[in-house]
Amino acid sequence: MIPKRKRLWLLLGSLAVLGVAVALVLSALNDNLVFFYSPSQVAEKHVAPERRFRLGGLVEAGSVKKNGQEVRFIVTDTHQSVPVVYRGLLPDLFREGQGVVAEGALGPDGVFVAREVLAKHDENYMPPEVAKAIKEAGQWREKR
Amino acid sequence: MDKVRRGADKRRAMASLHFLANPARFRRFSVRVVPALALATVLTLVVGLYFALIESPPDYQQGQTVRIMFLHVPSAWLSMAGYALLGALGAALLVWRHPLAALMARAAAPVGACFALVCLLTGSLWGRPMWGTYWVWDARLTSMLLLFFLYLGHIALSHAYDDPERGDRAAAILALIGVVNLPIIKFSVDWWNTLHQPASVARLGGPTIHPAILVPLLWMAVAFLLLFVLLVLLRTETEIDRRRLEAADQLA
Repeated sequence: MIPKRKRLWLLLGSLAVLGVAVALVLSALNDNLVFFYSPSQVAEKHVAPERRFRLGGLVEAGSVKKNGQEVRFIVTDTHQSVPVVYRGLLPDLFREGQGVVAEGALGPDGVFVAREVLAKHDENYMPPEVAKAIKEAGQWREKR
Repeated sequence: MDKVRRGADKRRAMASLHFLANPARFRRFSVRVVPALALATVLTLVVGLYFALIESPPDYQQGQTVRIMFLHVPSAWLSMAGYALLGALGAALLVWRHPLAALMARAAAPVGACFALVCLLTGSLWGRPMWGTYWVWDARLTSMLLLFFLYLGHIALSHAYDDPERGDRAAAILALIGVVNLPIIKFSVDWWNTLHQPASVARLGGPTIHPAILVPLLWMAVAFLLLFVLLVLLRTETEIDRRRLEAADQLA
């Protein structure tokens, strides 16, 4: 029978080893654990056309153009931007200046052809009157 | 002088922990606490639900859908706290051989699993109107699903042996291994980009939820905490009785 104190150290030791092992695995898999690539990462990695991936960023203000079923807009991370074309229904929260994640592939012309568009909202919650008051006071800042 | 007193305090605290480690004494303590706790749970739940469903305003972007948060977030917190409890009970069993720890772990695991399931289901129902999808495999959602499976694994392992003590020990080891998942759930939204938004309450720089929505959320969180403790105490009593009956059966 192993004494109590030794059992405690054995337990803490094995947990520490396990923690380090998991941290190493996660950092090795880092590239696969991200849900989407930003326009900057897309530019950096030179993703091949027709290769499917998810593109995430903000819908650039003033860039949304609707033409029947077809929607064109620009996804930006303020450094780089990627034009997107999508045919289909957009989620309710899809708005200019809001976060968005689109799944699809780059066409040969550099336009991202989305098969699915998801809205991503931020961590702020407030009543509509408060949001209006902040906007009127000119204190509103768009995040990321 | 101060040191002496602190030493005495610590000994007294440890003594009271040891006091409750005895199942029979714990059972007497629990039976005495449960009625008041049940009353407190119902009252907080009523107040919390009134604030959450009637008094609180809609969100400026999400409208009335934001009310799902009042179920989703407290159940997420409690499912994680519940697993932390399983981890602590696992250590208490494996290191200190506390007789109560195994019984309480058996009592707590299904309760935690239910909270995790509520979190996953409400999140899915919230995701459909807001994000446009019931489910995605991003790091936050996947690690939360893993937590649910860890709970199921704990329940299965503790029932997997004819000798309940072997089941208890196997489940305790799984509980301790699974604890590694808790910081992954919490920080997944910071370490990787995810569809799930970052933390709104437990974050550096304070909450990003307006008090009109935050206060009902905290009421609901307290109500869920009381409900969790209540259910675990009741189920632990039942586990103590079950072990006693089984022991009596073997004697007879």
